[in-house]
Amino acid sequence: MKTVQFREALREAMSEEMRRDENVFLMGEEVAEYNGAYKVSQGMLDEFGDKRVIDTPIAELGFTGIAVGASMNGLRPIVEFMTWNFAILAADQIINSAAKMLQMSGGQYHCPIVFRGGNGQAGQLAATHSQAFESFYAHVPGLKVVTPSNPADAKGLLKSAIRDEDPIVFLESEKMYGDKGEIPEGEYLIPIGLADVKRKGKDVTIVSFGKIIKEAHKAADELKKEGIECEVIDLRTVRPIDYGTVVESIKKTNRCVVVEESWPLASISSEIAYHLQRYAFDYLDAPVMRVTQSDTPFPFSPTLMEEGLPNVNRIIKAVKATMYKN
Amino acid sequence: MAAKSSGKPKKTTKKESSSKKQKFSKETYIKWYKDMLLMRKFEEKAGQLYIQQKFGGFCHLYIGQEAVVAGTVSATKPTDFHMTAYRDHAHPIGLGTDVRKLMAELYGRETGVSKGKGGSMHFFDKEKNFLGGHGIVGAQIPMGAGVAFAEKYKGTDNVTMVSFGDGAARQGALHETFNMAMLWKLPVIFIVENNNYAMGTSVERTTNVMDLSKLGSSYEMPSFVVNGMSPEEVHEAVAMAAERARKGEGPTLLDIKTYRYKGHSMSDPQKYRTKDEVKEYQSKDPIEHCLKVIKDNSYLTEEEIKEIQDWVANEIKEAIEFAENSDYPSKDELYKDVYKTEDYPFIIEY
Ligand SMILES: Cc1ncc(C[n+]2csc(CCOP(=O)(O)OP(=O)(O)O)c2C)c(N)n1
Ligand SMILES: [Mg+2]
Repeated sequence: MKTVQFREALREAMSEEMRRDENVFLMGEEVAEYNGAYKVSQGMLDEFGDKRVIDTPIAELGFTGIAVGASMNGLRPIVEFMTWNFAILAADQIINSAAKMLQMSGGQYHCPIVFRGGNGQAGQLAATHSQAFESFYAHVPGLKVVTPSNPADAKGLLKSAIRDEDPIVFLESEKMYGDKGEIPEGEYLIPIGLADVKRKGKDVTIVSFGKIIKEAHKAADELKKEGIECEVIDLRTVRPIDYGTVVESIKKTNRCVVVEESWPLASISSEIAYHLQRYAFDYLDAPVMRVTQSDTPFPFSPTLMEEGLPNVNRIIKAVKATMYKN
Repeated sequence: MAAKSSGKPKKTTKKESSSKKQKFSKETYIKWYKDMLLMRKFEEKAGQLYIQQKFGGFCHLYIGQEAVVAGTVSATKPTDFHMTAYRDHAHPIGLGTDVRKLMAELYGRETGVSKGKGGSMHFFDKEKNFLGGHGIVGAQIPMGAGVAFAEKYKGTDNVTMVSFGDGAARQGALHETFNMAMLWKLPVIFIVENNNYAMGTSVERTTNVMDLSKLGSSYEMPSFVVNGMSPEEVHEAVAMAAERARKGEGPTLLDIKTYRYKGHSMSDPQKYRTKDEVKEYQSKDPIEHCLKVIKDNSYLTEEEIKEIQDWVANEIKEAIEFAENSDYPSKDELYKDVYKTEDYPFIIEY
């Protein structure tokens, strides 16, 4: 094992895959000469040259469409969005083109492409720069949506994503790029679509994904001091969702809290809650609870920001509520 | 104005010694000097306060580009409209917004122009017809045309100024907007605040057409290149474009060449340019230029100049005090200003 930053894990995944397959290339704003707005692609221009590490103008719709077209014609693009907030401009090409190509063409054309970048809030960046898109893209058939929460998962999942024949939305975070973690030395892949039980516990299952799972871990630590043992499941992929792992855990704990960074309506938490009442009804001893971002745009002021964020205290409250404790 | 991109180049007004008869009045120079000094000092202080972590978020400074706002404001009327990107501190200052409210917004306080909900990138001041502060690059290009559309619809002769960067000029929405603005003869002025860089990317690395004024060509939009270090030239260009717009002749594109002395935001190592390049522009500083005209023509005594400088310093000092003594918004503000509908049923859980 070795210790690397999240951004290094992503860079290793991309670089290894680019060495392995010359059809893989990286494009996006500031990815080459500036070495990435968040330094994920640092040094990649030097290694691969400007044919394969390509700076684009600020033209999300255009360069994403170019990448989608290239993927229809044999290449395997990795498109970096400076953040996913800006990919809204490219959503047409992701949702209307990439996600639908295989079906519309009767199986003739497909889009092996990875769209990746920072997702969710990154401090006081206010309403347009703080959105989490897991449920937004999970809604769309034809896409797969990957949400790693640590460097080891990020590397293994990104390598799988680059090799996948389907379009992948890969959600990272400016607030995770500096996180350090251990990763295996040699090559490894982590399959897309498998959840991971990050912490074993018998009392309550906390389901989460992406960077907000860090809050769930902190809450589990706190609750342990009070004798409450939480099982923490990292979905890692929110389309498809590994429902089996969640249901198995609920059979044991009989209680569930879902923690996510996005808004509550039509969210991953609503989906998990639906699934559990449908397929694990008899195992539930309490309603499924959730902790999400406030049902509002993300405000700038630090006090309002804190008020709206899913945090440790809110998670502890929700966990206790499933146990009918205060 | 240096050159019209289609048709004959327009004659530029050469100003040799600034003590010759000036085209602009004494009052104009004094106002430019005072306004630009206030912008500059506000932002120098904002930059320091940001480094001291007095407030969070992003902070993009306009330092070096002040003449663009100064010349635009002096060439337009208070009933006209203004919209820009996230580099938005100078615009409301030029329009007369109280710097106390702007500083409070940087601090995220309830007394800020946007009640502390927008921060540095989202200054708005409806009283001054300042429609923001927009963080998504290029988003304001169509919106600005839409503001102009509404004025035309209402039958006024007001003009809308929409500013955006050279980087934003690469967004596809620009073309859709230019086409409709020409088709519908919208009273809008498209102002490219062309500081030659979009973060670390120079204009030449994003296009094979370095002359951004040509972006108007395929729509036959009158387009001009303007020296943005000169408030005089900006004023003349905007005044001409505004007159066209008021007469119902439609939009104009102004490629205003300017320069930001500071990094893109507060965390920019600036490896993409040389110190000499920065110095070269600093030697054409618009504030220094106005001060020179004022001195050469004895528009103000040394004492009166000092009074302005002291007034500016005091405004900034009071703005900081005001911001620091203001409260953060109360928690219930989280659910306010989200819908106009009263009692909207928010989902509220843990
Ligand atoms: C749609 C979108 N893409 C990317 C960004 C990130 N970003 C913020 S500012 C910027 C550079 C813009 O440069 P320019 O338009 O020249 O304006 P300047 O900063 O020079 O004033 C970029 C890429 C964004 N905010 N919105
Ligand atoms: Mg620029």
